[in-house]
Amino acid sequence: MSDCVLKGQIHSIQTLGTVDGPGVRFVVFLQGCPLRCKCCHNPDTWELNGNYEYTAEEIVKKCVRYKEYFGIDGGITLSGGEPLLQARFAKEVFSLCKKEGINTCLDTSGIILNEDTKELLEVTDLVLLDIKYTTDELYKENVGCSIHPVLRFLDYLQEKEIPVWLRQVIIPTINDNNENITELKRIADTHPCVKKTELLPFKKICQTKYDSMNIPFPFSHIPTPTAEQMKKLRTGNGCW
Amino acid sequence: MEHKNWLGFNKGVWQDEINVRDFIQQNYSAYTGDESFLCKATERTDNMMKKLQALFALERQFGGVLDIDTVTVSSLTSYSPGYVDKDNEIIVGLQTNRPLKRGVNPFGGIRMARQACQAYGYKLSEKVEDEFNYRTTHNDGVFRAYTDEMRLARKSHIITGLPDAYGRGRIIGDYRRVALYGINKLIEEKTKDKKTLAMGNFNTEQIRLDEELYQQIAFLGKLKEMAAMYGFDISEPASNAREAVQWTYFAYLGAIKEQNGAAMSLGRVSTFFDIYFERDIANGTLTEEGAQEIMDDFVMKLRLARHLRTPEYNELFGGDPMWITEALGGMGEDGRTLVTKSTFRMLNTLYTLGSSPEPNLTVLWSNSLPEGFKRYCAKVSVDTDSIQYENDDIMRPVYGDDYAIACCVSAMKVGKQMQFFGARCNLAKLLLLAINGGYDTTSGIHLGPQMPVMDGDKLDITQVEKRFSVYMEWLAALYVNTMNVIHYMHDKYAYEKTQMALHDTKVGRFMAFGIAGLSVVTDSLSAIKYACVRPVKDEHGFIVDFETTGDFPKYGNDDDAVDLIARDVTHQFITELRKTPTYRHAEHTLSVLTITSNVMYGKHTAATPDGRKACAPFAPGANPMHNREENGALASLNSVAKISYDDCRDGVSNTFSITPEALGKEKTERIINLVTILDGYFAKKAHHININVLNRETLMDAYENPEKYPNLTIRVSGYAVNFNKLSREQQREVISRTFHEAI
Repeated sequence: MSDCVLKGQIHSIQTLGTVDGPGVRFVVFLQGCPLRCKCCHNPDTWELNGNYEYTAEEIVKKCVRYKEYFGIDGGITLSGGEPLLQARFAKEVFSLCKKEGINTCLDTSGIILNEDTKELLEVTDLVLLDIKYTTDELYKENVGCSIHPVLRFLDYLQEKEIPVWLRQVIIPTINDNNENITELKRIADTHPCVKKTELLPFKKICQTKYDSMNIPFPFSHIPTPTAEQMKKLRTGNGCW
Repeated sequence: MEHKNWLGFNKGVWQDEINVRDFIQQNYSAYTGDESFLCKATERTDNMMKKLQALFALERQFGGVLDIDTVTVSSLTSYSPGYVDKDNEIIVGLQTNRPLKRGVNPFGGIRMARQACQAYGYKLSEKVEDEFNYRTTHNDGVFRAYTDEMRLARKSHIITGLPDAYGRGRIIGDYRRVALYGINKLIEEKTKDKKTLAMGNFNTEQIRLDEELYQQIAFLGKLKEMAAMYGFDISEPASNAREAVQWTYFAYLGAIKEQNGAAMSLGRVSTFFDIYFERDIANGTLTEEGAQEIMDDFVMKLRLARHLRTPEYNELFGGDPMWITEALGGMGEDGRTLVTKSTFRMLNTLYTLGSSPEPNLTVLWSNSLPEGFKRYCAKVSVDTDSIQYENDDIMRPVYGDDYAIACCVSAMKVGKQMQFFGARCNLAKLLLLAINGGYDTTSGIHLGPQMPVMDGDKLDITQVEKRFSVYMEWLAALYVNTMNVIHYMHDKYAYEKTQMALHDTKVGRFMAFGIAGLSVVTDSLSAIKYACVRPVKDEHGFIVDFETTGDFPKYGNDDDAVDLIARDVTHQFITELRKTPTYRHAEHTLSVLTITSNVMYGKHTAATPDGRKACAPFAPGANPMHNREENGALASLNSVAKISYDDCRDGVSNTFSITPEALGKEKTERIINLVTILDGYFAKKAHHININVLNRETLMDAYENPEKYPNLTIRVSGYAVNFNKLSREQQREVISRTFHEAI
């Protein structure tokens, strides 16, 4: 029997997450990602085999120990890697969380929309959609895929009226311009399910991870944005 | 009884007996709003604070001690009145005749006073030396009675920091009584108690108490004299807010003039003051600005309080602390919150006067506290790193709703309970002593039961636990008896007359034991249990190091496999302690608290099976060892929360450092998140937490460039310090601690 139990490939668990969704969150980083974004800050989550294997029940059992800390807004966040690669497992986790009254949040690139994903979204309270760029060219150049599946994913969220926070990493010289923000705002405005748009500063603390894995960090030459730059892009655009 | 100065107060039993709690309950106005009513510092306050800053800067330049009066022995009336700026002070009174000049207090021990003078380039005067030639100090008494084994335990550092050469402290006088009743009434009540006592059978205990009452009454008289020197008659109850604060401060001042106890805590005065503030505001004689000014001036006086210490003492209690702990907030037994506007005003002094380690502001947290207050506390933490939190929901059922905190985490009913402070023993060292069959490799001392060194090339958990139990049993008995000697002598030669006069005559006593190295012992036992630990012996056959292979669960990751070891060890140790009767029938309590001595304890402890190197610092208090946490901050909090408060009634201290970014993206979010973290942690029945919201880089910069950070305050272990006042070694240890960061 035990062979049939679905196990998740887990990279790590952060019991105090305050930057991936609302409130205080129990964040599970799932292993495996089909994308190879040049700005990726978690190259150690690319491969499918994780540091740990847990069943959904085991994960939720851990998560429940932190319920007292969640307050009104907090809960669980599944991040990665790309959690959609383990959508069936993620769905089991979220279903069990819903039974416990724990708010569920999915942090994803929105790259896979199949039946498994759709089932997962039925038990998802909030999606953090990491829309990396606003043009197909930039997607193709820096992510290695088209933007269209991501937009279709967002359309689906709109259709199902699932609340979304759009998130974008601001990378100087690539997307730190007004045209990009205007387009991002347009996408948000045409999808009322988008409740918030977050701009995150590009960071390079992941350099050490690339070094230890002996692979080049494609964006190592790009500077990080200044606080003023971030502030300028956020204000006037209704972004966070 | 009626009194004209009580006009406007609601009646109650407090009028007929000494009962400050009843006065508070009948008269206070709970406040459930936010901080928007608070005022900024007035120009007067700013100017006064500038004077203090200049004095503090001067004190730093003089190596930490500005001046010492080596001729006068500190007491209530031995110095002429001192002022900072007489014409502009609202609350007056200094320990000596000048601000930051330290007095000598040799009653605990003349040697300590002598060495402290020497350390700062002074010489204790012939006059004081002569005087104490013919006097027995507490220190003399203790060493007359110490057994050989007690001396060895002390010398080997298995028990350290004992108050056998300095004042024990940790006693909180109910200073509010002076304001509410005036000295005459207090003397009258004590005189009555003395007469009642005389009607009973005079045995040792009663004779001792009778003499103590004599001293208490005499010192209440001296307190009146001391106030008169400043031009105040405190015979009668305070008639307004300014007097209430002044009277209360005089009582506290008398206590710190008489005693140089390790921790001289204030109690729980803010809500008491609030009743007077509200009365004056209602009758139009005080404004909000004026109320804040009184509070500010009072707190400035507290920030000027100092004791003269030796450098060795500072190794134990780094940063020149006084632990002027003020307990804030909490809930009443009737379900109303005890938060008042003055609770806010007290916290507001961290803005009006800037952040500061003293007074040691301690919020009694309850899940039922008003949301506005919770958020304000969290804001103060994020801005200043100056406050600590303790769980009112687990303390109130034990101590009622008028308890306060002595030192860092020691709860007691104000004016009704006191404690015999007992520092701590080193359990990590005890584990090594057990493994080596009663030989301490760092000091080269044989002590405890003598047995062969544990054999076999791999340590076996069952055998180690059995051994450890034997040594725990031995140490617990020795520890209790050592404490009995110390406190017998302290009562005999350095009795706290002023503070005990502000307690009920029939007082409850705790004897507070402590342990250091809990996380080291826990992880070591876990390593022996779950991994392979091979002992490494020296040429004499003693185990001096360990080779640990394989992984093992580590305390701090919310893993019961190891966390319950910590819980069991504390339970076992308090159970052993309870087997030996205490002096004056005190109740045994236990703390997991190290002050800053975790560095010193580590220094005296050889390598341990958990992989900690010889001499490396321990984690502070009940904290997990540095950088062994793999699942983030809340897992670490959950681990600490598993230690039972029922076993550790003297407190379980946890120091938590987090970067602002890890608490949330922007300030409002950080404040709300911190509130829910505190709610969660205390819902888990945890006892205490220090909150630091800062970056390691800030501390590193302050380490290199102290002049840039004259007021950098951080929480260490149950108290706050000015970072610059720590030793370099203590600073490095603080920097190396786990900072919970965003990823």
